[in-house]
Amino acid sequence: MPRPMGRDKAAGAPRPKNVKGTIGRLLKYLKPHTGKMIVVFFCVLVTSFTNIIGTAILAPLLNGLAAVTPKHDLKLTGIEWLDNLAFGDAASKIEYLTILVCVIAAVYAVGVLTNYLCNRLLVSVSTTTMTAMRNELFAHMQKLPIKVFDTTTHGELMTRFTNDIDVMNEFIARCIPQIVSSVLTILGVFIMMFVLSWQLALVMVAMLACMLIVVKIIGGKSQKNFVAQQEAVGKLNGYIEELIEGQKVVKAFNHEEIAVAEFDKINSGWQNVSAKANGYANVMGPIMNNVSHLFYAAIAIIGAFIAISSAEPLGFVGVIAAFLMYIRNISNPIQQIAQQINLIFMAVAGGERVFKLLDTPQETDDGYVTLVNAAIDEQGNISESSVRTGRWAWKHPHTETGEITYTELKGDVRFEDVTFGYEENKTVLHDVSLFAKPGQKIAFVGSTGAGKTTITNLINRFYDVPDGKIRYDGININKIKKADLRRSLAMVLQDTHLFTGTVLDNIRYGRLDATDEECIAAAKSANAHQFIKHLPEGYNTMLTRDGENLSQGQRQLLAIARAAVADPPVLILDEATSSIDTRTEWLIEKGMDALMQGRTTFVIAHRLSTVRNSNAIMVLEHGEIIERGSHDDLLALKGKYYQLYTGMFELS
Amino acid sequence: MIRKLLQGGKGYEKQSVMTVVLVLLETALEVILPLFMSNILNTMQLYSQPNPLKENLIYLDFSSFKIITAQAGSAITSSMLTDTVVTYGVLMVLSAILSLTFGALAGRLAAVAGAGFSKNVRGRLFAKIQEFSFSNVDKFSTASLVTRSTTDVNNAQQSYMMIIRTVIRAPSMLIFSAIMAVINAPNLAWIFLVAVPLLGFVMFMIARNVHPLFKQMLKKYDAMNAGVQEDLVAIRVVKAFVREDYEEEKYRAQTEEVRKSQLKAEKLMVLMNPLVSVIMYGAIIALLVVGGIDIANGRIQAGTLSAMMSYCTQILMSVMMICFIAVQLVMSRASIDRLWEVLDAEPDIKDGASGKTVDGGSVSFVDVDFSYSNNADNLTLEHINLDIKSGEMVGIIGGTGDGKSSLVQLIPRFYDVLNGKVLVDGVDVREYSLFNLREGVSMVLQKNVLFSGTIRENLLWGDKNATQEQIEAACEAACAADFIKSFPDGYDTDLGQGGVNVSGGQKQRLCIARALLKKPKIMILDDSTSAVDTATDAKIRKGLREHASEMTTIIIAQRISSVEDCDKIVVLDDGKINAVGTHKELLKSCAIYQEVYHSQQKATAEANAEAEAAAASKPAKKQTKTVKQTKKSVKGGEDNA
Repeated sequence: MPRPMGRDKAAGAPRPKNVKGTIGRLLKYLKPHTGKMIVVFFCVLVTSFTNIIGTAILAPLLNGLAAVTPKHDLKLTGIEWLDNLAFGDAASKIEYLTILVCVIAAVYAVGVLTNYLCNRLLVSVSTTTMTAMRNELFAHMQKLPIKVFDTTTHGELMTRFTNDIDVMNEFIARCIPQIVSSVLTILGVFIMMFVLSWQLALVMVAMLACMLIVVKIIGGKSQKNFVAQQEAVGKLNGYIEELIEGQKVVKAFNHEEIAVAEFDKINSGWQNVSAKANGYANVMGPIMNNVSHLFYAAIAIIGAFIAISSAEPLGFVGVIAAFLMYIRNISNPIQQIAQQINLIFMAVAGGERVFKLLDTPQETDDGYVTLVNAAIDEQGNISESSVRTGRWAWKHPHTETGEITYTELKGDVRFEDVTFGYEENKTVLHDVSLFAKPGQKIAFVGSTGAGKTTITNLINRFYDVPDGKIRYDGININKIKKADLRRSLAMVLQDTHLFTGTVLDNIRYGRLDATDEECIAAAKSANAHQFIKHLPEGYNTMLTRDGENLSQGQRQLLAIARAAVADPPVLILDEATSSIDTRTEWLIEKGMDALMQGRTTFVIAHRLSTVRNSNAIMVLEHGEIIERGSHDDLLALKGKYYQLYTGMFELS
Repeated sequence: MIRKLLQGGKGYEKQSVMTVVLVLLETALEVILPLFMSNILNTMQLYSQPNPLKENLIYLDFSSFKIITAQAGSAITSSMLTDTVVTYGVLMVLSAILSLTFGALAGRLAAVAGAGFSKNVRGRLFAKIQEFSFSNVDKFSTASLVTRSTTDVNNAQQSYMMIIRTVIRAPSMLIFSAIMAVINAPNLAWIFLVAVPLLGFVMFMIARNVHPLFKQMLKKYDAMNAGVQEDLVAIRVVKAFVREDYEEEKYRAQTEEVRKSQLKAEKLMVLMNPLVSVIMYGAIIALLVVGGIDIANGRIQAGTLSAMMSYCTQILMSVMMICFIAVQLVMSRASIDRLWEVLDAEPDIKDGASGKTVDGGSVSFVDVDFSYSNNADNLTLEHINLDIKSGEMVGIIGGTGDGKSSLVQLIPRFYDVLNGKVLVDGVDVREYSLFNLREGVSMVLQKNVLFSGTIRENLLWGDKNATQEQIEAACEAACAADFIKSFPDGYDTDLGQGGVNVSGGQKQRLCIARALLKKPKIMILDDSTSAVDTATDAKIRKGLREHASEMTTIIIAQRISSVEDCDKIVVLDDGKINAVGTHKELLKSCAIYQEVYHSQQKATAEANAEAEAAAASKPAKKQTKTVKQTKKSVKGGEDNA
């Protein structure tokens, strides 16, 4: 009962580029299971062998039972005493039958056992391999630079984890054994055929080649139509999504009939290509079903004529009879291969995509300055502490002198002429210099795209700038280990993201070893306690799907509580959106104010009421700081800030 | 369920029935084929043993072109052999080609019917959703409706194609093969009587036990993928809090869960193959033993046994196929149920009977109670009484959840009231046809949606026959004309899906222009200028008044400044009307209004006051110095900080 797979989707996938390399790399994942895989291959070999043996015994069995006495040169098992039984009376014929049936039963029994063993082993190998692959992919993805997430859609990355891994699983668990066993069976059958009669075997090869050509032509047409179908599906689904998402607008404008008419057009277009694509695919089955019958008839006719004209017609007809039984044996493996080929291509294409992601370089981190808990005595001497002291220091090992120095973490951030662009030729920030003293509040104001968020992206090294341009407590931030740097900063982002789990779990995300009391205290300080108490199960209420049961404002408050429990010396607040009403906004502001007490804070503001008490406000435009100063200074300047503040200019 | 599927295939009955007929023919031919094979094999074997004929043999004599019946007991000559082989060989080729043709045709027709089915169901679904009221949509949720129209339709299509092809094929194969087996060798056929029920039982038992295990696995699998999705969406949070390792651990636990439950299910599943093989091989061995004894005693011929073995495979394969189909149908059942849940849902807002159109713009709420859940204990709006005269501009103020949007959505009848009534132009909204009512009422929704296409195409939603002048006038009134003209392609600028190519404020203004083009009697703006600055906001209101002075306008806003010049302002508080009056009146009498006003005014007033104070306190010279100072601080960095 395999999972229903996105058949249409997969069939339309582009053909893979490097089949050999990808399969090779895929097989590398089986390396830890070399022992098991050897057993698997042995089992497959034995299973295919038993299939052929079973048939090989069948011909002499049937021929022998029908043979007349006295003995003549009829080809039977080739074992003399056994063959003699076949030429005896009915009783000795039954003995002959018994012996051969026992052999067949034994052969089948071995086949069933090895087949089971092989499948059973593959199940454990494939599930383990897929788990390992998933874990590796996830771990790798986690460490990719933010840039990758900015340039790749979530849907695309998700497909790596779902469709692509699944088809590879299918490949390992089903494709490989099927293909190997089919190929072995076909090979074995052909060897037996050549042994019986090389002339007829050659005819078989020629017919098989013809069949492959036909399959290829039809397969190609089918493939082409599946690609077209895929496009049509994309168009159709796009329209459905857009129109259903905008359903309320459709109704408000009495647009239902036009929408339905438009939809019918797209729907009919899809119907045409889909019928064609599936039509070609459906033709394959009957072809595969009947091909062995055609072979059978052709060999029988050709064989009969060769036999008649040969010197030993009787013997040769016996050979043909045996030959015909083998033909019936290859029909199944041929069908199997035809079915598996598409799967292989899908698996290779999937593998290629997964490996491409795995080959994307991870975030580099050459930092060696680490963050430690610090004990500071009255003289200001800093020593490292193994317990949480509430104070931190940067541990800076100097390579030249071998000396280790400690600098207290204060939250002093400087930018010196920072120029930066996400892409090479597109600079987003130009010569930005700024200075935040410990405990100060620095605000950034400006339109979307002005570079506000970029600045915060640089502070926590989501993106890197050249050495020495940004200093944190006097240390070049490129020297600080990324994990430690980020631990010293807490961010409340514009789009709040919550995780599946309880409210308490979500707050604790800020600091995993925080006690329940600490989390609740943080919630209280963030003004979130009030609403949490009113949730059905208070702090133990489960949040699902990014906290869909909470309002935007409530989610924001939780995010603030999460930052509060982290208790870092530096805060980055990307402020709430415009869709929050004034009362909720007031609550959020209170929460943020409490959080900002005594910390260096960077605020990105959309509403200007929050930035008024900042120590410095930077007005950004096109990546440049065009105005800076305190609230009063900037108002007096009557520049852009003044315009923004008095609502004369639109922020978008 | 099958009835439902067939119902969806309407209009493609011809193809569907033809498919079934063709499949039956194909199957019949496939079942006859082993008989031809056995004739060829028998003759060859008898000739090579050499044995005389055991049964009568019918063949075509190619030298005389006569059908000849050779009697049992006669010896087989070489010309008899070739004639027999050619006769049955040609019959085989013909049958195979016919069977292939029927099969291929059936395949194509099934594809046509399947695609037709899919088109029908999807089309009906889409049309149904278009009929839905807002509360229908809310109940199903947008995301679920999208999934149903895409994934579920696809699943149902696969089932439909399978039903018309395989559902007929497998049982008919079973029946035909059984008949042939009985005709061919009645004394061997009993073996199938044992094997078939046994196989069916084994497969059924495995399927029954494995199904819940797979379901469980799929659940865990979904949870695992939901985890990845969550992590992807929140990757910045993960990185900011340095929780990569923590997330990885969480994920590892989930993948391990999936691995365990998958292993559990697959372990049972891999038993299927050997068990089926044992039964199949058991049947073959039984055939060999019983048939072999019969051959040895000269009762049947070797080829007959060989044919019986073919039937054995065909019969047992079709039993397996039937089990597989049953499982597949059960699995797609969920999809089909979900589809018909939508198709069978009744739109809960029915068209009014009268042919009236909205001619005036007055709106009255009379004792209106409203609840999204139709539950009198959970009212969103309570006891609303409100009169709006034609041509008035009315503002509505209130906090989130106070019922502002709910109130205005009752006017174009997006929802129906629980108690009381809403009158438009003096007539209960439930008496209008929805089309006429909504032609008269334009609404710009809180969540502005533009559709892919050009600006012009989007604007034409309001009036598909609008002239360029009318479009420009509407855009002028909505303050959208200037920015549209600034685009290189002007009105033909492509908006991209969901209008991604314009900013929030621009989007809002386009939506207002679109609504204006409808030339409504009543215009409702539900917080539609939140991303627009106050100056433009005021200009839009002025534009609306000038563009259509007759039009009744209802404005929901967060900002007092957006409503202060309205003819009347309604203050909503917790689903009830707190006060109605002009700006001045409310400032005097309404506590909530005062509070909101002051909290908002303070900022602007202070800004102006501070700016003036700053300017006044410093002589002109000094002021330039301040500017210089600030400039200096740009270089110094921290002076002001």
